[in-house]
Amino acid sequence: MDEGVIGKVKRVVGPVVEARREAQVEMLELVLVGEHRLIGEVVRIQGDSAWIQVYEDTTGLRPGAPIWSRGEPLSVELGPGLVGGIYDGVQRPLSALRAQMGDFVSKGAQVPALDRGKLWRFIPEVKPPLSVTGGCIIGRVQETELIEHKVMIPPLLAGELFEIAPEAEYHVEDTIARLRFDTRSIDVALHQRWPVRVPRPYMARLPHSMPLLTGQRVIDTLFPVARGGVVVVPGGFGTGKTMVQHALAKWCDADLVVYIGCGERGNEMTEVLTDFPKLTDPRTGRSLMERTILIANTSNMPVAARETSIYTGITIAEYYRDMGLHVAVMADSTSRWAEALRELSGRMEEMPADEGFPAYLPTRLAEFYERAGAVRTLSGSEATITTIGAVSPPGGDFSEPVTQHTKRFVRAFWALDKQLANARHYPAISWMDSYSEYIEDVEDWWMERTNHEWQKLRTTMISVMQQEARLQRVVKLVGADVLPDSQRLILEIANVFKNAFLQQNAYDKVDAYSGAEKQYRMLQIIAELYKLAAEAIKNGAALEDIRKTPIFTEVMQMKYQYDNENAGRLSGLLEKAREALHGYTNDNA
Amino acid sequence: MGTQTIMHELGNQALANRREYLGMAEVSGPVVAIRGIHNVGYNELVEIADGQGNTRLGITLEVAEGAAIAQVFEGTSGLALETTRVRFRGTPQTMPVSEELLGRTFDGLGRPIDGGPEAIGEDRDVNGLPVNPTARAYPRKFIQTGISAIDGMNTLVRGQKLPIFSGSGLPHRQLVAQITRQAKIVGEEAPFAVVFAGMGIKHDEAMFYIKNFEQSGAMERLVAFLSLADAPSVERLVTPRTALTVAEFLAFDLGMHVLTVLTDMTNYCEALREISTVRAEIPSRKGYPGYLYSDLASIYERAGMIKDRPGSITQVPVVTMPNDDISHPVPDLSGYITEGQIVLERDLAQRGIYPPIAGLPSLSRLMKDGIGEGMTRADHAHLASQLFAAYAHVKDIRALASVIGEEDLSPLDHQYLKFGEAFEQRFLSQGHDEDRSMEQTLNLGWSVLSALPPEELHRITEEEIRKYYGK
Repeated sequence: MDEGVIGKVKRVVGPVVEARREAQVEMLELVLVGEHRLIGEVVRIQGDSAWIQVYEDTTGLRPGAPIWSRGEPLSVELGPGLVGGIYDGVQRPLSALRAQMGDFVSKGAQVPALDRGKLWRFIPEVKPPLSVTGGCIIGRVQETELIEHKVMIPPLLAGELFEIAPEAEYHVEDTIARLRFDTRSIDVALHQRWPVRVPRPYMARLPHSMPLLTGQRVIDTLFPVARGGVVVVPGGFGTGKTMVQHALAKWCDADLVVYIGCGERGNEMTEVLTDFPKLTDPRTGRSLMERTILIANTSNMPVAARETSIYTGITIAEYYRDMGLHVAVMADSTSRWAEALRELSGRMEEMPADEGFPAYLPTRLAEFYERAGAVRTLSGSEATITTIGAVSPPGGDFSEPVTQHTKRFVRAFWALDKQLANARHYPAISWMDSYSEYIEDVEDWWMERTNHEWQKLRTTMISVMQQEARLQRVVKLVGADVLPDSQRLILEIANVFKNAFLQQNAYDKVDAYSGAEKQYRMLQIIAELYKLAAEAIKNGAALEDIRKTPIFTEVMQMKYQYDNENAGRLSGLLEKAREALHGYTNDNA
Repeated sequence: MGTQTIMHELGNQALANRREYLGMAEVSGPVVAIRGIHNVGYNELVEIADGQGNTRLGITLEVAEGAAIAQVFEGTSGLALETTRVRFRGTPQTMPVSEELLGRTFDGLGRPIDGGPEAIGEDRDVNGLPVNPTARAYPRKFIQTGISAIDGMNTLVRGQKLPIFSGSGLPHRQLVAQITRQAKIVGEEAPFAVVFAGMGIKHDEAMFYIKNFEQSGAMERLVAFLSLADAPSVERLVTPRTALTVAEFLAFDLGMHVLTVLTDMTNYCEALREISTVRAEIPSRKGYPGYLYSDLASIYERAGMIKDRPGSITQVPVVTMPNDDISHPVPDLSGYITEGQIVLERDLAQRGIYPPIAGLPSLSRLMKDGIGEGMTRADHAHLASQLFAAYAHVKDIRALASVIGEEDLSPLDHQYLKFGEAFEQRFLSQGHDEDRSMEQTLNLGWSVLSALPPEELHRITEEEIRKYYGK
């Protein structure tokens, strides 16, 4: 028997292979299948059969082909060099793959995730002898201008650190420290490995307290997400899920973004790859690529690797979280992941539940979303992972299993609305169907920065939007003209709020990103406009005349006219609104 | 490729190359099961010969020790369990590619049906390989189709996949024909080709397209693959792949700009469902297999451009929506993969508007990067956005008018209705041979927009209003 051969292929059904087992195999063990050494994972063991899901195209694979064990579960390499990279679902570096195999991804390629030839300047931060445990930070590497990479003891190790490498340049495989545990000596390299399906340990869970600012007004003001929170963005095709995810990846104030393109379009990943290096982070002025890691398993890449791609992504996120960073994970789209799960389950002839999805779908979803959160890391710092998962419900119907099950495990729901998208109102986040349970968590943060007005302003505008929805039902039956001015004002203000505030142009330099101050001031102006106009109408002014005051046009344009640096100048506009409408009665007309 | 071994009849034993077998275990619809075999690979080509020696092709769907399940492209009628001979080629389905294919017509499997010689050239696996996302070049060059509804509001970009969602009886044929006739990159002379894949369409429909290509003089730049309605349904599963294999060769090896028309993807999906049902797979929505999305993606994702290679593949698939239902799994999943969609609307067609391109649900996702200053015109994005917003409002007002009557509408609402009319009659509507330049389309957009007062135009800057409004 060949070295490491654990069995032979018995049956091939698409991406699933049934193997005749000749040696002991473990559940979720990584194996190589056939002459091309396709990467696979053991997903079921039954008597002398083992079922393997294969991450590459199985065309041409024959019964009788040997299967080798890699002797470990499917793992990712964690170390300096990940940031700015693009990987497939099993963490093969796509740029290196292209250099090796050309423009198309052919099978059997084996390239390590981290560049073995690259040198990194390691700066030790501790002095031996020192008793260390898993997660202890022993040094650092400046990975990019933005990311200071902490070199940590792998989570499951502990012992007496008796040797550490001096400051110098090292390869990722070089040993940079030695531990003594009992009588054994353990080498710690500049990189470590971790199985993707196992969450990395932390010390404790922490409550959420900070918002993850996204620069998107409808999100930050109406449906905020806390750092460490989880959000789902469901929407039919064409409603702008990917646009929301891209906007967040660009503008959210996380230290690091892991963007998982799971079963989506190739051109979308290309777009990120071409756009991000040119865009600068509004907070640091550096290229966005210096804080971004991409996992790309596009829709035409093998389906089993799509299933693992979200685990690969979240594991990398956890590794950077362990350094004390705030990480945001965008998973676009978890429906494609669930479909991969369904396809593999079907090929293994498992009993289906809802719409053919396996019964363990909710369990898997819960496991994934629970890996987000605010934690105290093993090294004692506070860090978070915020996960934003897109869902693509068939026919835009939110009652389908993936949306429904996901809703059980997330606390914010940004429903994308077809009608808004049709009118090219982006982000097409419905203010009627969406919700966020993080408002209480982030309220204090906002109140401190808004003169304690945030909650009041927010409630005012939400109430306007709710009244508007009610009035629209009447308008649909009898027209707006029969409504009294006080009610038509609601429609008018709702319209201002929709166009001037909620709608945001992702392609406009000024409007693409709104800082907290700009959002607050804009909100304040619209609420004030409403208050003053309502008073004026009460005093007998006609809405028709109030609407003609130039202040309305100015408010409509304010999102384009005031950039974030000059958000303070919006207070001038507020004054102008007060002047224009204060004491306005029918006498002014 | 395949061994040219002389065949012998030696009963149930493997023959000369030990890859040929006599007899099958089961036939069910287009799927056959063969036992007592060995060393057969997954997704490999099978030749199946009936008692009279007529050979047909198939592909293995599942292989196990000593057994395989295969689907037969040309149907299983006339196959008997005992007398059928099965030969395994040991390679996946391939298509020979060369420049000589231009001007030729083939069946779905790549066999000539124009009376010409067999295709020769380098054999390529029809399944293709996924393009490495880092190797893709992002599509940015707009294609002028001469059709205002597309150029102005849903701009097609070179390397994009933009399907036409149609319904039975709607003029998608004329529209596709007009696009293939008029599509060009302004100010550029580059080698182009058209690859046409007809799946399950009727003979006269295929003839309509071919005649149209002939008239426009595109015939010698055309490669057609026809698997018509009377051909076995399973052949449709290979047709788009054969066509795209040729398209990839023309685009990425020869540097041509290839427009690929795939019609009708709904027929393709039905064939997929047929096979899935015969194999007793667990169905997902409407009986379609759970892997429909991945399968469609393996076709649509073959559009695009590659860095440092001059050519491109632009896909215009046609998807008919059964019962005009856009949420049907085929258009729904297509819409999730393609970069937008052109939706045809029955209501517009019934009012005699051609092309009846629905204003609101149509979308081109790549438009934003292909338009604007230096490409089309600086005001293009704002103008398109404003047209969408205003037209959406027209729809609301029409709904209101149908309840309260037009008389009770406000003067502003009346202006919107006037805009709606102008938009449909002057902007959307055009002749089958009318080829409008981008400039004309944009000016027309401004002209219909001028039916509205400037204060209503929130999506347009004041400067643009000064420059173009009412002109």
